[in-house]
Amino acid sequence: MATKPRLWYFRGRGRMESIRWLLAAAGVEFEEEFLETREQYEKLQKDGCLLFGQVPLVEIDGMMLTQTRAILSYLAAKYNLYGKDLKETVRINMYTDGTLDLMMMIALAAFKPPEEKEENLALIVMKAKTRYFPVFEKILKDHGEDFLVGNTFSWADIQLLETILMLEELNASVLSDFPMLKAFKTRISNIPTIKKFLQPGSQRKPPPDSSYVEVVRHILQF
Amino acid sequence: MAEDLEKLRNDGDLLFQQVPMVEIDGMKLVQTRAILNYIANKYNLNGKDIKERALIDMYSEGVSDLNEMIMLFPLCPPDAKEAKMANIKERTRNRYFPAFEKVLKSHGQDYLVGNRLSRADIHLVELIYSVEEIDPSLLASFPLLKALKARISNLPTVKKFLQPGSQRKPPFDEKQLEKARKIFRF
Repeated sequence: MATKPRLWYFRGRGRMESIRWLLAAAGVEFEEEFLETREQYEKLQKDGCLLFGQVPLVEIDGMMLTQTRAILSYLAAKYNLYGKDLKETVRINMYTDGTLDLMMMIALAAFKPPEEKEENLALIVMKAKTRYFPVFEKILKDHGEDFLVGNTFSWADIQLLETILMLEELNASVLSDFPMLKAFKTRISNIPTIKKFLQPGSQRKPPPDSSYVEVVRHILQF
Repeated sequence: MAEDLEKLRNDGDLLFQQVPMVEIDGMKLVQTRAILNYIANKYNLNGKDIKERALIDMYSEGVSDLNEMIMLFPLCPPDAKEAKMANIKERTRNRYFPAFEKVLKSHGQDYLVGNRLSRADIHLVELIYSVEEIDPSLLASFPLLKALKARISNLPTVKKFLQPGSQRKPPFDEKQLEKARKIFRF
């Protein structure tokens, strides 16, 4: 029996959350090791597990993979969520690069000084509503299909749902002008593996709070 | 000019209102990584299977991280420049160059992945050239990287690109920065 993928990261979303989403959506069970002390992190570095000294780290198929996008691309390809040809793959890459950019902004906002945080989050919501969401609304409207690319469930759909939910945590009415995205959200949330992941008790992580920020700052020393 | 960007945006050519944009095979592609992946896949520079591609992606992402620091350096406010440059050099010397030197040492092959040319080699050599423009001494303690640089530079297509008159661009200078500021309004 194949061993389960093993994830090393802090006990929170950060750069690992999209990886958790992808594995969960693909119905793949995974194990997690949570970094809670500086010593654990230094041990990983000393053992040569971290190519550039950074997490996320995913141990899968005999490889110690780092770099979020490298990990995500590998998983998408492995679990057939990456399109059927190069043209579909490039569209999936374009869409996921965009949504990942937006989610990274949110992840980094947690580490901004308190006086900047509110302004920062407002900017992110504005970018979502003016730059990103209109694009995906139009894509769904133009082809009228259930999924973003090739009429088939892909990594792009998982990532867009994750992004939508994250934005709704910042601003509950963020989808008010986007009917196609509202329907998309309902549809994708009802996929059995995703529905399960959205329930309490799953490996999905909550939004970052001050104690999470403190742990990360302590371990990474910044 | 600002009007050029405006036109591209208004014509719906820029998916997320940003450049780079590459028109290829009937598509208007944006997002640097997506573009690079498409080209690498199309021209067989992305490994022979998904495991090789994972390594290529991992190495390329590392290169991209350091490259971004170098690329954004001209935008750094004057009073922060010294610290930023020190940080770039430290990262090069202690994080990125040692990682790639170790990869090459571990298998002793001519290329980073799968004993054959991939985009990872091209990206890394491009980065090495950028680093040398900042400080040539940074490459000093990395013999395998030096050898990779020489080997890749001698590939006919790369050799040609390195010659004057090719489409290779010079480092970003103050004049271009001013131009970019006007176009992108920042």
